[in-house]
Amino acid sequence: MKVFNLYIFDKYGTLMYYAEWNRTKKSGLTQEEEAKLTYGMLSSIKSFVNKLSPHDPREGFLYYKTNKYALHYLETPSGLKFVLNTDTNATNVKELLQQVYSKIWVEYVVRDPLWTPGTPVTSELFQTKLDEFIKQSPIFGLRNI
Amino acid sequence: MIIYGVYIVSKSGGLIFNLDNNVPRIEHEKTFTYPLDLMLDYNPKKVSVAFNRKDGINVGHVLVAVNGTQVNGATLEDGRDVKEVLENAENYPLNLKFSRPKMTTNEKIFLASMFYPLFAIASQLSPEPKSSGIETLETDSFTLHCFQTLTGVKFIVISETGLSGMDILLRKIYELYSDYALKNPFYSLEMPIRCELFDNKLQALLDLVEKTGTLNLDK
Repeated sequence: MKVFNLYIFDKYGTLMYYAEWNRTKKSGLTQEEEAKLTYGMLSSIKSFVNKLSPHDPREGFLYYKTNKYALHYLETPSGLKFVLNTDTNATNVKELLQQVYSKIWVEYVVRDPLWTPGTPVTSELFQTKLDEFIKQSPIFGLRNI
Repeated sequence: MIIYGVYIVSKSGGLIFNLDNNVPRIEHEKTFTYPLDLMLDYNPKKVSVAFNRKDGINVGHVLVAVNGTQVNGATLEDGRDVKEVLENAENYPLNLKFSRPKMTTNEKIFLASMFYPLFAIASQLSPEPKSSGIETLETDSFTLHCFQTLTGVKFIVISETGLSGMDILLRKIYELYSDYALKNPFYSLEMPIRCELFDNKLQALLDLVEKTGTLNLDK
């Protein structure tokens, strides 16, 4: 099992943080353009899902899969969006993303006095902790370390 | 197994077939006293909830009846204006019935052409080479399964979550499409499918799958 990359967006669509692990293909865009494309696609999916849903949606979109990867999506009540690309076999990614939010984001970004909300995260402590957390997670897989 | 609907999108992104199979009717009836604690949006075409929610009535739900009288657009069946009735304190208590809006054909066409770029972007943003587009898309209330043929036609099935074997169903629908739509001499490619035989066979297939699952389908 593999983890490819992670995007964190704030509620206005600004890319707060980007990290990648086993990514083998670039999209051929700059990071900024790629982030905008991803955010645009996700907001389209969100409205698509809301219209198509036969019941009243609560959380709405959870993930999609193609034959090569799965994109998992978690949106917090404050509008912060976590997007994690993994391979298609990964399970319990929603729980993992929730932990990234509560254990890493809240601890090392929200409580960082040097961070101004709405600006990209540059904290090295956050980067190290996130990297450690993803690498020790069961879906990262031992053979990739 | 519940299958909510089947859509077929042509290679140029237009909706050429759709079937609503088992769409649940979501209706909520409640007696309100003055003043009404829901913010309503009065549109000439429909009266819908703009803010607040109560006992299952959510934002976006459309007013369908007032005291058992049907609402057509923004007027009651007996010709009175909905807004005037609802804003007059003497009329209360009022029994209002709201329902989740049904998709119109226009909205379906709009959504089908919206899926096309999503499918393409998903494959462009892939972190691995040679990825296909979206195959399954899961939400908390439904799952969308998509199968794209070599010729670019997309078959989309909307079902409840947690079902397996939907790829077999999609291939079966492809088989029906090739047998009863493509082989129909009156059918021209890329045009909406209006073939009675196709409709009947597809309905029979969906009924079978809903009752017994996909295990009994021959591959």
